[in-house]
Order: sequence, then structure tokens, then C-alpha cells
Amino acid sequence: MNKESIQDRPKRRKRKNQCGRLGERIFSSACIVPSLIGVLIFFLIPFGIVIYYSFIDNPFKANFVGLDNYTALLKNFSFKKAASNTAAFTLISVPMAVIFSLWLASLLERKIPGKSVIRTFLLSPLMVPTASVVLVWQVLFHNHGTLNSIIEAFGGQSIDWMKSSHGQIIIIAMFLWKNLGYNMILFMSALAAIPKDILEVAELEGAGKFYQFIHIKLRYLSPTILFVFILSLINSFKIFREVYLLTGDHPYSKMYMLQHFMNNTFENTDYQKLSAAAILFALVMIVVMAILMTADSKFGKDVE
Amino acid sequence: MARRRKEKILNIAVTLFLMTAAVMFLLPTVLTLANSFMTSSEISANYGTMIDNMTSDKKEFISEAVNLKFIPDKVTFAQFRSVLLKSPDYLLKFWNSVILTVPITVFQVLIALFASYGFARYPGKIKNIIFFAYIILMIMPYQVTLVPNFLVADKLGFLDETAANADLRQRLAVILPGIFSPFSVFLLTKVMRRIPISYVEAAKLDGANEFQIITRIYIPLCKGAIVSVTMLVFIDYWNMVEQPLVLMKNKDLHPLSVFLSQINTGDIGLAFAVGVIYMVPSILLFLYGEDYLIDGIVYSGGIKG
Repeated sequence: MNKESIQDRPKRRKRKNQCGRLGERIFSSACIVPSLIGVLIFFLIPFGIVIYYSFIDNPFKANFVGLDNYTALLKNFSFKKAASNTAAFTLISVPMAVIFSLWLASLLERKIPGKSVIRTFLLSPLMVPTASVVLVWQVLFHNHGTLNSIIEAFGGQSIDWMKSSHGQIIIIAMFLWKNLGYNMILFMSALAAIPKDILEVAELEGAGKFYQFIHIKLRYLSPTILFVFILSLINSFKIFREVYLLTGDHPYSKMYMLQHFMNNTFENTDYQKLSAAAILFALVMIVVMAILMTADSKFGKDVE
Repeated sequence: MARRRKEKILNIAVTLFLMTAAVMFLLPTVLTLANSFMTSSEISANYGTMIDNMTSDKKEFISEAVNLKFIPDKVTFAQFRSVLLKSPDYLLKFWNSVILTVPITVFQVLIALFASYGFARYPGKIKNIIFFAYIILMIMPYQVTLVPNFLVADKLGFLDETAANADLRQRLAVILPGIFSPFSVFLLTKVMRRIPISYVEAAKLDGANEFQIITRIYIPLCKGAIVSVTMLVFIDYWNMVEQPLVLMKNKDLHPLSVFLSQINTGDIGLAFAVGVIYMVPSILLFLYGEDYLIDGIVYSGGIKG
């Protein structure tokens, strides 16, 4: 856009996409500086140091040991347990979070009385601190707790939820409880943004609701599905909070997650193991994101 | 017309289902609230089997199973009174939570406002690279970012327990990385990028300088998003557990989110009351800004409309 600005200046810089004097452009870059300094000091530069640490054997001698730290980590029993628990939890709960919230959002599309009240109730777990309600969860799943009473009333056998491999079910429930509301709102707005005319045409041509959903709505929803998936993925790692509040430093086997491993490793300041674990995790995240992005660009195109 | 009828019945069924689900979602919160008003004998009657250190000389009825009661037999503020008067520990921890969360929230949003403005206006190659780095940083879980934070805190002497103002340092070790978390920048940039340039050009024609453009145009237009971001950041850090555990060795400085995990088998009635007190700021914020929150969630999803 080459606009003649009101004040004519003898020396004009080449306009990119917004006209502006040099001072203004510098100012806008300067606005970023405080944030950038902080990010550099507390995240980016230390991240580089962490990468460096993951390749040496000792902070004092600094011998380059290549991938030794990583292989040692992969053989470490605690790490393997923590990683597999975390991965299992994520693989189960994230798809559930996406699917259930999409389902709830599409249910809420109908004409229903009290929609905003329902929405508020479903969203409330987001703003209630987990620490406040963790007792209720403990009571629900206690060995002599509510859920077991109900099971026994029906003639079943009570399960020791917290101290068995069923512990995962508790944290999946807590995760869904906290996050379904948020995801659902995202889907609700996405559903509202689907152009109605296509749906009307489909209806006139005799397409059933289910067919409409699969073939039309899903296409329009795919960027949102991706976004909700990524968001739930990020949130799924925060589940450590719930597990810690429920069981403390050393939970039962199946609930021992990656953060537990990291915490306990922080204690003995084994920087190498720690750094290798962090970098490994970061790499996994980047790979997962790359996969998700390519999947989206293949399935979700041309829906403008 | 049978289809109409079927639709109606389905609608009713769905409504019932959704209402049940909504009530179930609200249940834990309501239960915590209700239980905080119970007397301690009622608590031990209901939860006795859960409490480890029960004194056995009390002739109280302890039910075999743990019951969750909705309505207390006798409403009392006794638990709250104990919290406020007899156990200042909890209030201290509450104050710890405040002292950590409020600066993080306030400063993160402030700094992010300016940074978002910088990213939204005059986009350029370098800026895009930096923004991309922000996004990558944002998707990293705490497990990954804690290690760099820990290292920096160590090198900068924040973790030194023998230093003069060790308490302040440990607090800063948690607060400072929190202030620079890229999430707010990401969200606010998204919102600011949607503001049409024509507004800015019109303002410039009227002779506005950059600072006025920020304060008179961008900030008012982003008000909803600002409230929403504030709420999301607040609730994330009000709940934080990973950072204090790793960065704060002094347990007296721990926020309530961590401390509440240690009351499990102690005085349960007290725990309920503390839980209620702890959720008050959160819930107030939620009630005030729910609509803004929903708008903000929608913005973050990048949905057009």
C-alpha cells in the first residue's frame, strides 16, 4: 500500500504492508523488548544451557559424552515407568476430552431451556481450585467411600481405587471434570460458525442429521478439533497437580508420572539426567505437534 | 408430524441429560461448601474411617462407610472459626498464594499487552521468528520448562538458602518465570491482529502518536480479552503446584495449593473450610467475568465471528 502520508518526508523508507515512520516501527519493536528480555533470561537461554548439560557428564569436568545420558535415562526403571504412565494417561484422556466435549457442544446446539445455566455449571470446574475439592474426590473413591457403597449396594465388589491400577480412572475423571467445560465452549462457538446454508441444502436433499454431521460439520470443525486436541494435550500434563494433591510425593505405581520423576530427581541435583529428560520430553512434544499440523493440513483444507 | 414428535421427545431427553450432567459437575464444589458448615462430630461420624489419628476415647458414632452428605444436620461456622482463629497456618499459606499469584497475573498481563502490540503492528520476518519461538515455548509442559527455570534460579542465586533474604529470593524464583510465560502474549496478539488498520490510520490522521494509539484504540478494543486472559492466568497460577515444589525449599512459603495436600488425614472439617476460603477469590472472579471468559476462550480458538 503506497499511500501519500499527509506529512511529506524527504527520505522515505520502503513501505511494507503498513505505512509508518521509522520511529513508529522502532517503537513497536521496543514494546516487545521487556517481554523478550524476560523470555530470553528465564526460558530460552537456560534452555540452551539445558541442552548443553544433557550432553556432558559432569558440571565440573564438562566432558562431552554424546548420547550417554539419554541412553542411561532410557534404561532407568523409574523413568520408564513415569513415561509410560504419562503416555498412557495422555493417550486415553485427550481423545476422550475432545470427543466428549464435542458431543456435549452438539447437544447444546438444540433449543434447550436453561442453556446458559447449564453452560455455567459445566464451566465452573475450570475456576474451582483443585485443592479445594480434592477431599470430595478422595471421599468418592476411598476404599469405604461413596462409589464403593453404590457398587456394593448393587452387589458388586468394592475396589480399592487409590491403591490399585484403577487409580488411573480417578485422575481421568478429574481431568475430564476440569477440562470438558472449556473444550465445550470452543466447540460451541465453532459449531455456531458453520454456515447454515449448506446444512439447509443438505437437509432439503434428504441427508439425515448423522450424515450431515460426519460429512459437513466435521470438515468445518477440523481446525477447532486440532486446537482442542493440542490444548487438551497441554493440559493433560498438568494432571500432576491433581495426582500430587490426591496422593502426595510417592503415589501408587500406576499414578507415578513424569513430573514425579523430575521432582525426585531435582532432590539429588542430578543435572544430567534432568536435562536429558527435559530435552527428550521437549522433542517428543515437537514431533507430536509436527504430526498434528501435517495431519490438519491434509484433512482440513479448503473449508473457507 | 411423527418426526416433530420424535424431535420433541429427544429434546426433552437431552435437556434432562444435560441438566443431570451440569449438576454432577457442580457437585464437588457444592459438597465442599456444604461440608464446611458441619460440626466436627458430624464430620468424624461421616468420615471417621478416613481419618488416621482418631482418638478412640470419644464415644462417637462412626459409620462404616464414608458418607457424603449434602445438607449438614446443624449449620455451624465452627470450622471457619477454627481456621481463622486457631490455625493461622492456613491463613499464612493463603497469603503465600496471594503473594505469588497476584504479581504474576498483573505483571504478565501488563508486559504481554505491550509485547502483543509490538507483534500485532508492523509484522516483520524477525518478529515472526520470535513469535514462533513463543508458540513453541507455550506448548512445552511445565516438566520441560521447570528444568531451565531451576537452572537459572540456581545460577542467579535465587535458591540460596543461606542468603540474607532467602524468602524473597525463593518467591522471586517462582514469580519471575511466571511473569514471562508466553501464553498471554499469544492470546493478546491474536486479538490485536484482528483490529482493522483503518482505525489506526484514522487516528494517525488526527495526529495521534503511538502511545495514544495503544491506550485509546487497542486497549479499549481488547478489554474483553484482557479480562479473559487475566482470569485464565490467575486460575492457572492460583492452582500451581509444580513450581513451588521444585523451586521453594522453605515449606513455610508454600502456597495453599500445595499445602492443602497435607491435610488429607488430619482435621477433615478444617480442610473443607480452608478449601472454601481458598476458592472464594477464584469463584468471585469467575462470576464477575464469566462472559468475558467465554469470549476470550472463543478468541483463543481463532474462530471467526
